[in-house]
Amino acid sequence: MTDQPRIGVDSWVAEVEERREAGRVRQAFERIPRSARFGAFIAAAAVVPLLSDNEYVIRVGVDTLIFGLLALGLNVVVGFAGLLDLGYVAFYGFGAYSFALLSSDKFGLHWPAEASLPVIVLAAAVTGLLLGLPSRRLLGDYLAIVTLFFGQAFVTFVTNGDRVTLLGHSGPFDLTSGPNGISGLDPLNFFGAEVQSVQGFFYVSLITLAVVMIVLHLAAESRTGRAWKALREDPLAAEVMSIPVNRLKLLAFAFGAGVAGVTGAISAAVDGAVFPDSYDIPILITVYAMVILGGAGSLSGVVLGAITINVSLEVLRDANQARWLFYSVILITLVAKLRPWPKLVAVLASLVAFGYAFHALVAAVWPAGTRGQAAGGDVIGRAVQDWVIRPEHHATLIGNYAFVALIAAVLALTLMRGVWRTVFLVPTLYLAAFVWENRLDFEPSVTRLIILGALLIVLMNARPQGLLGTARVEIG
Amino acid sequence: MYTWDYFVQELVNGLTLGSVYALIALGYSMVYGILKLLNFAHGEVYMIGAFIGYGVLTVSGGAVDPMFPIWLLISFMFIAAMIGSGLLGVVIERFAYRPLRNAPRIAPLISALGVSFFLQNTALLLFSADFRSYDTFSLDNGTLFTHGIHFGPLNISLIRIIVIVTTAALMVGLALFVSRTRLGKAMRATAYDREAAAMMGIDVDRVIVITFFIGSALAGAAGVMVGLVFQRVYHFMGFVAGLKGFTAAVVGGIGSIPGAMLGGIFIGLAEAFSQGYISTRFYDLIVFGILIVVLIVRPTGLLGKADIKKV
Repeated sequence: MTDQPRIGVDSWVAEVEERREAGRVRQAFERIPRSARFGAFIAAAAVVPLLSDNEYVIRVGVDTLIFGLLALGLNVVVGFAGLLDLGYVAFYGFGAYSFALLSSDKFGLHWPAEASLPVIVLAAAVTGLLLGLPSRRLLGDYLAIVTLFFGQAFVTFVTNGDRVTLLGHSGPFDLTSGPNGISGLDPLNFFGAEVQSVQGFFYVSLITLAVVMIVLHLAAESRTGRAWKALREDPLAAEVMSIPVNRLKLLAFAFGAGVAGVTGAISAAVDGAVFPDSYDIPILITVYAMVILGGAGSLSGVVLGAITINVSLEVLRDANQARWLFYSVILITLVAKLRPWPKLVAVLASLVAFGYAFHALVAAVWPAGTRGQAAGGDVIGRAVQDWVIRPEHHATLIGNYAFVALIAAVLALTLMRGVWRTVFLVPTLYLAAFVWENRLDFEPSVTRLIILGALLIVLMNARPQGLLGTARVEIG
Repeated sequence: MYTWDYFVQELVNGLTLGSVYALIALGYSMVYGILKLLNFAHGEVYMIGAFIGYGVLTVSGGAVDPMFPIWLLISFMFIAAMIGSGLLGVVIERFAYRPLRNAPRIAPLISALGVSFFLQNTALLLFSADFRSYDTFSLDNGTLFTHGIHFGPLNISLIRIIVIVTTAALMVGLALFVSRTRLGKAMRATAYDREAAAMMGIDVDRVIVITFFIGSALAGAAGVMVGLVFQRVYHFMGFVAGLKGFTAAVVGGIGSIPGAMLGGIFIGLAEAFSQGYISTRFYDLIVFGILIVVLIVRPTGLLGKADIKKV
């Protein structure tokens, strides 16, 4: 496989080629019918709440499913139709706020879920259509920025929506409770049966995910789905083939917005409250990272992406677990990418040796440079104690400079070729460990976001098709 | 409340804001003209420029007791921010966009989104979430704010004059560069048709790098201006400013340099007047409304030309 897109081959050809080139394990996996794979996945997910009675674990499961739903909805717009919708979280927020207004003491409305959910899905889809209208004539890029602005406008609106002037209403009117958000929402209430426990929410989210996956699978295989893909590959050619390009774009928007709307309603019910901040750019980037990592266009891919990223982000919250994750990701990447294996062994051995030597050197010259405290401190924390240096004072400042140096080193690494690349890799990895131990492990909330941003750049440059997606091929 | 003074004050405010937006819009527009790429990270380049200016100010002893004369200090801040931002723009182009030049159109956009988010949070990590203040009120006992043009109701502080004049100078310089020099000609040729330009012996990669440098340097200058006038710099400042700058570029006609200038001033005035006369909370939405209306009524912007696509 070449890195560069090949000209003159379309995505269907690429798909067949990929299937032929796939390894034996993958071929065997592909031979299992889709429905069986899907059933196995849902069944495996369904037993998760039975395995653990730890509410936190199940709650992470609920969040993962909600992100999975979000990723599926975004996949329709980005993966199927190839439109860059950066206002996607606004529909998620729209769903959540609609649910909050319809099912809380805010206006004294307490709609049952079987009434409010369809209304919210429809309303979100119609809003998606309305946003799509001015954008329908636009190139992909204009669409991106209009939707990005729309997302921002949504946040501005709900943040300041506690004093709106309505026609026929004297004085300011409180619609969204402003920055404080709306709390005390009703639990989901289906035909009188209330869902309140975390387990209950887990199953509601899982069933919704299953339904959405089936609907989207059918949609993707339908005439409309094929038309979306044609539109994604080449809008001009699609139009010449008398595919109604504008109508399909709007339809994709409405589909995505509808899925986001129902997801928002469920997540609002799970949280019991809605706040403007929950529907801002970080969520957008997270969902994008999930879709891109999993492989835009592949339903199982984006769900896998959602699981991978949400679980990883959750693990990053704790300094000790984050350290495990950090070192294993580095190790796995090295094992996967460094060939032949003598080279791998050489790099690992010199990395260990370099660390101890450098540590000894610093300890001799500047003893305070190694006396710093680690964040957390379990097995690995103590294991790397004599390997990575930890300055006792000014660790933050030194860490900041080291972080900038690390960015420069990684960029330089991408420019190097041959043996220099391997040689330079060792100090770069050590620098990464230094930055991690002294800076990033102390700031989990910022680190998560930095990693997401970097992930998008790296994926786009190294593997734009993600884990399970098909390599896209530009038609020249 | 709505007196003549108030109007003049909002007008000057709008021109100042408009200068900043115009400088940001120029970077958007130039890059779009050549690569047909929306550089989402442009707002972050502007933010980094503001922080570089802040860094120079701090290194020079702070606003209360600077070690240079005030005009020299401000020049240093501008020069450092412009060079720093320009180099940042070049690095972004080299590592995040160039490898994707032949990829599907959506790929560089997502990469740009990643760069924007990465830079924003890197700034958060390095500078923390605190607001930093240029504290220009303390510079030379606030001369920059008390002096200036005072004539009846007309009241324009020196700092705003500096901003508007610097912007005008940068724009005239850019216009001359693009229209009179060989390199400017190469830029116009590349924007017109990249392949044909390459066939005529123009080093397209070099032109792209220079375009990124100039566009980013202008954004860096805008960052320092905002720091000087409005004092506050923080890690998230680039996002909304980037959106407004983009809106300005679209209103003026994306790809058109005079259009970006015009659009910037227009958006600045629109924002100042809607903030002053309509709503202090929803003025962002009004700018968004302008963007939507322009896109519906005249998608090519005020000075843009319709892009005729041949198959």
